[in-house]
Amino acid sequence: MVSRSDARAVDPGSELLRVDNISLSFGGVKALTDVSFDILRGEVRAIIGPNGAGKSSMLNVINGFYHPQEGEVWFAGEKRRNPKPHNIAYQGIARTFQNIALFKGMSTLDNIMTGRFTHMNQNLLMQALWRGPAEREEIANREKAEEIIDFLEIQAIRKTPVGRLPYGLQKRVELGRALAAEPELLLLDEPMAGMNVEEKEDMSRFILDVKDEFGTTIALIEHDMGVVMDISDRVVVLDYGKKIGDGTPQQVRSDQTVIDAYLGVAHDE
Amino acid sequence: MFYRQAGDFKTSYRGDIQTFPLKQDRIGYYLVLAIAFLVVPFLLNDYWVSAVILPFLIFAIAALGLNILTGYCGQVSLGTGGFMAVGAYACYKLMTAFPEMNMFVVVLGSGIVTAAVGLLFGIPSLRIKGFYLAVATLAAQFFLVWLFNKVPWFYNYSASGQINAPERLMMGFAITGPNASPAARYLFCLVILVALAVVARNLTRGRVGRSWMAIRDMDIAAEIIGVNPLKTKLSAFAVSSFFVGVAGALFFSVYLGAVEVTEAFGINQSFLVLFMIIIGGLGSIFGSFAGAAFLVLMPVLLKNIMVGGLGWPTDIAAHIEFIIVGGLIVLFLIAEPHGLAQLWRIAKEKLLLWPFPH
Ligand SMILES: Nc1ncnc2c1ncn2[C@@H]1O[C@H](COP(=O)(O)OP(=O)(O)O)[C@@H](O)[C@H]1O
Ligand SMILES: [Mg+2]
Repeated sequence: MVSRSDARAVDPGSELLRVDNISLSFGGVKALTDVSFDILRGEVRAIIGPNGAGKSSMLNVINGFYHPQEGEVWFAGEKRRNPKPHNIAYQGIARTFQNIALFKGMSTLDNIMTGRFTHMNQNLLMQALWRGPAEREEIANREKAEEIIDFLEIQAIRKTPVGRLPYGLQKRVELGRALAAEPELLLLDEPMAGMNVEEKEDMSRFILDVKDEFGTTIALIEHDMGVVMDISDRVVVLDYGKKIGDGTPQQVRSDQTVIDAYLGVAHDE
Repeated sequence: MFYRQAGDFKTSYRGDIQTFPLKQDRIGYYLVLAIAFLVVPFLLNDYWVSAVILPFLIFAIAALGLNILTGYCGQVSLGTGGFMAVGAYACYKLMTAFPEMNMFVVVLGSGIVTAAVGLLFGIPSLRIKGFYLAVATLAAQFFLVWLFNKVPWFYNYSASGQINAPERLMMGFAITGPNASPAARYLFCLVILVALAVVARNLTRGRVGRSWMAIRDMDIAAEIIGVNPLKTKLSAFAVSSFFVGVAGALFFSVYLGAVEVTEAFGINQSFLVLFMIIIGGLGSIFGSFAGAAFLVLMPVLLKNIMVGGLGWPTDIAAHIEFIIVGGLIVLFLIAEPHGLAQLWRIAKEKLLLWPFPH
């Protein structure tokens, strides 16, 4: 078997994920209609669109929370059949949420260690004994968690319960928890929402570093067009659940349909 | 000497993840263990063992168990009494069916049987949450008590419907039955409590414990990290029930000796253990001990003061006890949901900085 990083190194720019003709509705509400696009290995793929366009729903389809009525999801060359979110984590997809979904009762470190879950496999009995394999596994994964903590520059809040952290730092810890899984595909749902300019710059830098240093492929939902133009390689535009644009930031920005549908309303949220 | 972190730097992750990172705490822990094993047995008399020490040890095991399920995994249970009954009856059946069986094995087996039953009753937890799950476990409580009353096989068709623990020896000393000495009963329960507390600590500090807490804090985020909600909740139900079953087995065999199920394992026990972990601290090993100690000791103290000291009638004293316990629970739920354990932690943080708080 090829390990993940090998596969990445062998084939940058090849298709990692493809959604084909996805349609998803909730009762009468059509969240997504016939949406198709692909995500290539190693790119930052932005998904933009006004509120309610179906961006979060798309991420929920990709990581298995929603099962679309129509369409197919292909990941790493294989078609998926209604897997559960916890199976998808093992396939190498991690994400952050639009509304922070940290484990409030746990420290920063424990949140990030929980992100290592798919890399740990000592059973209940070994855990109960602790000495030996369980402890070794804990220490090995602790080293990985500390690398993430250093990378995100959050050493000082390592032992702080995350509920006590300011909003911007919570977003960063949530990114850390997703990174701890060493995912092949990282889904970020508005990682910069509600941040000030400085925090946004930090977050943009982290996202680009993740892409460059870890070679992680990133799907990014973001409202700030400046940020999208700066850090994404390609952009999908959704509006009322339909795809209305797809291309490089420059292409999308100069597309008249996109300008009419989206860019005009982006500033009066 | 000061209570200090300074000079006690952690140079390895192993040092950082140990149970008592501070040297003073570690020394304190071993000191408590040494006293518990080497000194206390010589100070015991029948009154203290029956009124305080054995209930404390046994309820601490039950509280550890419930805390795993409720405090760590966030699944409320009102079925603790019923699961203690499962442990007690499993213990009785094992003792009578296999008279030669070592009592440690009997108690372990009782825990395993209870874990299996707990697993079964945990299955609905995937679909129902919070209040509704509490009601479902309440149903389990009443069903189990009814079952042990109704099916004579469980009490070996005895005329009274009671179960009685026959005498069993451990290294030549009786630990059950009328001839068991206070020290032997105490030591038997103590060994089991210490072992299970270590197990609880180990389970909650690593991968399994984090998956429990992840489900408790934010189940959708837990799922996207790879945590299987059903498996995780069921493991919490099983482990928790194992502890509670062991507590029930000891409560029956070592502590009471004879049990009538409605009286010994009624809904009151479920609430008592729940109150222990609320007052002691949800999601805390230490809190399980603190809560058990508090709720076992307080009635004894109150009774000694009000009835023995002030000469009040017992029923008034009992009512006042209810009022105090009820008031404390409300107080803790509102003011300090992390219970005595959190107060202890805050006190230690203050002490670490004393006498220069800034
Ligand atoms: N679980 C759900 N139940 C019902 N409607 C939903 C659900 N999730 C999303 N929707 C609807 O789908 C549409 C798209 O929502 P969403 O994907 O959150 O948009 P975006 O993230 O682009 O703002 C909205 O009309 C929303 O109300
Ligand atoms: Mg959204």
